[in-house]
This record gives sequence, structure tokens and C-alpha cells, in this order.
Amino acid sequence: MKSLAELQAIKDKMKNKVVLREGSNELRVVVGMATCGIAAGARPVLNALVEAVNESGLADKVTVSQTGCIGLCQYEPIVEVFEPGKEKVTYVKMDADKAKRVVEEHIKGGKVVADYTISDLNA
Amino acid sequence: MIRAHVLICGGTGCTSSGSKKIQEAFAANIEAFGLSDEVKIVQTGCFGLCALGPVVIVYPDGTFYSRVTEEDVKEIVEEHLLKGRRVERLVYNDTDAASEIADAATVALSDTTFYKSQNRVVLRNCGVIDPENIEEYIAMDGYAALGKVLTEMTPDEVIQIVKDSGLRGRGGGGFPTGLKWSLCAPNKADQKYIVCNADEGDPGAFMDRSVLEGDPHCLVEAMAIAGYAIGATEGYVYVRAEYPIAVKRLQKAIDDAREYGLLGKNIFDSGFDFNLHIRLGAGAFVCGEETALMTSIEGNRGEPRPRPPYPAVKGLFGKPTVENNVETFANIPQIILRGADWFASMGTEKSKGTKVFALGGKIKHTGLVEIPMGTTLRKIIEEIGGGIPNGKKFKAAQTGGPSGGCIPASLIDTEVDYDNLTAIGCMMGSGGLIVMDEDTCMVDMAKFFLEFTVDESCGKCTPCRVGTKRLLEMLDKITDGKGTLEDIDKLEELCRYIKQNSLCGLGQTAPNPVLATLNFFRDEYVAHVVDKKCPAGVCKNLLTFTIDKDKCIGCGLCAKNCPANAISKTDYVAPGHKLPSYEIDPSKCVKCGVCMSNCKFKAISKI
Repeated sequence: MKSLAELQAIKDKMKNKVVLREGSNELRVVVGMATCGIAAGARPVLNALVEAVNESGLADKVTVSQTGCIGLCQYEPIVEVFEPGKEKVTYVKMDADKAKRVVEEHIKGGKVVADYTISDLNA
Repeated sequence: MIRAHVLICGGTGCTSSGSKKIQEAFAANIEAFGLSDEVKIVQTGCFGLCALGPVVIVYPDGTFYSRVTEEDVKEIVEEHLLKGRRVERLVYNDTDAASEIADAATVALSDTTFYKSQNRVVLRNCGVIDPENIEEYIAMDGYAALGKVLTEMTPDEVIQIVKDSGLRGRGGGGFPTGLKWSLCAPNKADQKYIVCNADEGDPGAFMDRSVLEGDPHCLVEAMAIAGYAIGATEGYVYVRAEYPIAVKRLQKAIDDAREYGLLGKNIFDSGFDFNLHIRLGAGAFVCGEETALMTSIEGNRGEPRPRPPYPAVKGLFGKPTVENNVETFANIPQIILRGADWFASMGTEKSKGTKVFALGGKIKHTGLVEIPMGTTLRKIIEEIGGGIPNGKKFKAAQTGGPSGGCIPASLIDTEVDYDNLTAIGCMMGSGGLIVMDEDTCMVDMAKFFLEFTVDESCGKCTPCRVGTKRLLEMLDKITDGKGTLEDIDKLEELCRYIKQNSLCGLGQTAPNPVLATLNFFRDEYVAHVVDKKCPAGVCKNLLTFTIDKDKCIGCGLCAKNCPANAISKTDYVAPGHKLPSYEIDPSKCVKCGVCMSNCKFKAISKI
């Protein structure tokens, strides 16, 4: 080790790999992964979310995890976004591409993607 | 892309309850469910809740699974990792709001009563990172303190910040660390040494082992910083051979640090060289004493040497040496990075920072806790430790192992720091905290620790070698019911003599358990001597087992199980019973208590 920059480079490289364990919960993204969710294709959605969050460098602020059956099986795959102090946002009938758009516009940009939310579907 | 981490404790506690097999089972199941690309298994150091091992934590949720068995693994992988449903029956949760927590929410580890009151500085990485992966340590700000010290600070500045922090030696004595360093720094020599005392010998103490197992790089980094501060280029870690996992991980840490150029020549291009070596101890208690430890590193029989000269002047191989304990070192990188004020903001006026305690004995949560100095004993035992099992009453807590003393129940609100403990005749010690309930005989407890010091006395000086032996004989006499009140006075006098005249810390502190129990539980000694009774019912020679002939239904189970054939049938048939009752012949009884535990009718008692 010859310089602090070298040390910093290792730190930056590793940070994303351990940040998962710090449990910082500014924002939680939860994917319904019960049998219904998995059957409807929740796993590619989950993987796309994890990937997109990491790529956008938000891994230290956003937790992506799974949950069981949310109860609206016909709308699976369902993704819920919890933000402290704000109302929960529920996205339905998701796929990997939609997931990427949610990360880009909602999680990064702060604007709810109304096209995919459940309220829109009811309308 | 990895989306979940499964952290499995690989500390000695969980390893002995089978965490290696659990880890293999996880690997196999994760493979079988096709999750290898999504879930990563990490073997970590100790989480602290050893009583509930093997312990597994799943991130990002932070779900804490306790007492996991091999059979449970498939369920966790299928339910939690695949389907996102926590396996509730295995989740550890002692929060008051346990029942209200909904399925989607997380019971974070930090919310449990066990962790809530803790403040993890020394143990910050234990149970979080993989101790065998140097890059994970670097990700957690590892080696940043060494970098800062070597590129931005002078040795004097390093010593000053340690002084300002108020850090005191965590090995038991509580000597100010910064002062120790500053006494050694000005001494000129062709070679100086940094020595780490990892010879953790107190029965029931395992703080240092857990740091070595869970965060070995922290020690490597701190010793290099200390080396820079005092001008030493060589360091030795003296660790007992009974800690194979700790030794293995420390060796790997040293090798990796060398490979990354964080040990060796010209670290951070600063011109500073530092090398680290491990020396294994054979487990002699006296080698935890600093001069004996150095004598042992030099290859000689571990015996203490008289001071002065102090190690700061003439230590290892006759050269100026600074010796600190593992926990002391583990605080250093944090102090450098976060500043002296941050460290001094924790704790009490004269005892700064946190202290790690190994909780053991009659307590629910056996394990490792780190709390700010000044936390009350009540909080440690009742809140964090979960209280005494089986509804028994708290009687006393032993701190400092065989060198320390006991804190009785009446002083449970004592704020634990160096000076408060010294004031009540105890000592902080290295951090073993053994909790005793009402079934503990304090005379017997003092005898236990004295047996230990008699065994471990190196024999170099007479007060310790002969004195402790005589003390033990007196205690034997008292617990046999042959003691007199005069013996108690003699006992006390001899204790003071040994304390004043022994060569090293071992002898100087060996009488402490006797003195402390005499101080707080003198009535128990008197009961043994005058009434010839052991109030706690522990000392065998003072016990008599009797059968209540009216309660005995004559089943004969006691007689059948008695190993000494001391129980026989009588002619007496109690009113309402059909068979004659039994009686115990006191001359044959060996007081093993087997009859009592076999009797279903509570007809046998011990007085």
C-alpha cells in the first residue's frame, strides 16, 4: 500500500458489497415473493431492482428485500416502496423493465411512476 | 447480483454448537434452490449472544435466527431466501412489542433488548464483516486510521490524541494508555517493541478471543499505529494456544496485511516499517502478567521480573516496550478516526469509552456485551443479560475473575467503572462478569478461585507460592466445618500480607476474592464456623440429608439409586401410606444429592 488513494479505491470497490449489512433504512423496496408472486415472475423483478439500485449508487440508502403474500395475488408481481413520512406506494403487475423505470424515476428521481401504481389500475 | 447476505457466526461459541455444519448446509441448499448468484454466505466473528448459538443473520432485513439446527436450514432457504417469509419460530425477538410487529416489518437486531443498550466500538465489526477478508475490513474504514497517522500526523500528535481521549488499559489495571506510550516514546534504543497481551486467562473471560476472531485486522492496524507513535518497528502478539480459531485468523490477517503492503517496509510511502509476529503461550495464567509475558516471548520460563526497570525502559529483549491488551488496542483506530472528544464523550469522568464484558454464570444471555462505562450493574444483569434464570434471586457478581472481587446484590446500582469498583474493593479486571444466584456459597466461590491461583502461582516468590496454599487450607478447614472464629481473622491477616509482599500482580491480587467475600458476606463465613452450616447448601461436609418419614411413601427409588447404599427401609409406616418409609444412614451418606433429585414426593431435604 503506497497511498491513501489506493486504500480508498479498495474501500469504494467493497462498499457496495458490505453496505447490505448496515441496514440503513431511508427507503425500503419490498417485493412480494409468495408462491403467487414467484409464479407471476417476481424473481426477475427482485433481481432487476437489486441491480438497478446498485448501479445507481443508492445501495447505502435503499434496502431491497422480499416479503410474503401481500394479498392481491391477481396483481402480482407487486412491489411496494416505503419511505419514512410518506404514504406507501404499491406497484403492480411488474416486470424487470418496469422495475428499472421505478428505480430511475421514483427512487432516484423522487417521482412516483403513476403508470404502474395500483390506484391507476383501479381507475 | 447479490441481494441477500447470510451471516453465520464462526466464533468459538457458535462453532462448538455446530455452526460449521450449518454453513455447509446453507451452501448446499442455496445451490439446490438455484440462489447461488443472489445470496452470499459470510462467516463472521462473534455476535455476542453465545447462549443462543448457532446464530444466523439474514440481511438486508437483519433477521436474527437463533439456535439454528441443520434441519432448519432448508426451511430458512426455501421460506426466507426464496419466498421472503421469515421463519418466525426461529426468529429471536425479546422486544416488548414482539407481538405487535407485523410480518412486513423487521425486528432489527439493534432493537432487541440485548443489543439496544449496547454501544459497540470495540466490537463494531464483530458479526458484521468476514474476519478473513481484508477488503471487507477496509470497506468499514479499515486501515484508514493507519493511513491518516502515517501521512498526516507526527508521533507526538498520535500520543496526544490517545492521551486526550482518556483511554485506560482494558486488561484490568486501568493505566492511562497515552501516558504509557509517552513514557516509552522518548527512550532511545536501536530497537523498540510493541507487545499485545492476548493471553486471556481468567476463567469465564473471552472478550479478547472474540475480537481476535471477529476483527483481527483491527488489532494489526492498532499495533502499527502504536509502533509509529513510540518508534517501534517490531510487534509481538502473545496469544494462548487454546485459541486455535483466533490464532488462525490473526495469522491470516497478518499475512494479508503484509501482502497489501499494510505491514512490512515503507507503509503508505511514509518510510515507516512495521512487522508483526505471533507467539503462542501454553496457557499459564502468570504469563498474562506483563513482565512474565515478555520473559515467555524471549523463550524463557514464564516468570515475572521485579520492576523497576519498567518495560517502557527495559522490556522485551531488554529494549523499551509498550504492552497493551487486545481490547485497548481495538479502541485505537476509532479514536484516531473519530477524535479524542468523541471517545471522551462516552463513559464517566475518569473512565472513558466503553467496556466489553463476558457475561457468564447464572444469567440468561450468556455472551458478550459492550456498554458505555458507568452503566449500572442492574442494567447489565437485568436488562441486557435478561436476568437470572429459573426465578432465582441475584446474590452477587464476580468481576475480574481470580484477581477481582464480588459486588453484592445490595450494590447492584453501582455504576461500573474503574474507580467505583476499586472503591468497593473490587476491580474491573479484564471483563469477565460471573453472575451468582442464591444457590451459590460465597466461601465455596472464594475457594474455587483460590484453587485456581494456587495451581497457577509460578512459585518464584514465597508469599504467593506458600501463602495462597495456606489460604486454601484455611478455607478447606472452614468449609469442612472445622474452622474457628480465630481462623477467619487469621485468614484476613494472611490475605493482607500476601497482597503487600508478592512480586507480581498474580500474588498481589490472588487474595481479592477472599477479602471481598469476607467484606460483604462475613455472616456466611461465621455460619460455616459457628453454626457449622452452609446457608446456600453447597458445602458437602456441612450438609445432612434426611427423609421426612411421614412424606415418604416407601417407593424405594432413593435406595435403589443411592451409590453408597446408605438408604434402607424402616419399620415405620406413615398414616395413609401402605409401605414402610426409608431412612438415610449419615455415616454412609456421601452427600451426592442423587436421592433428593430422584424423590418425586419432596420427602428428602438437606440442611
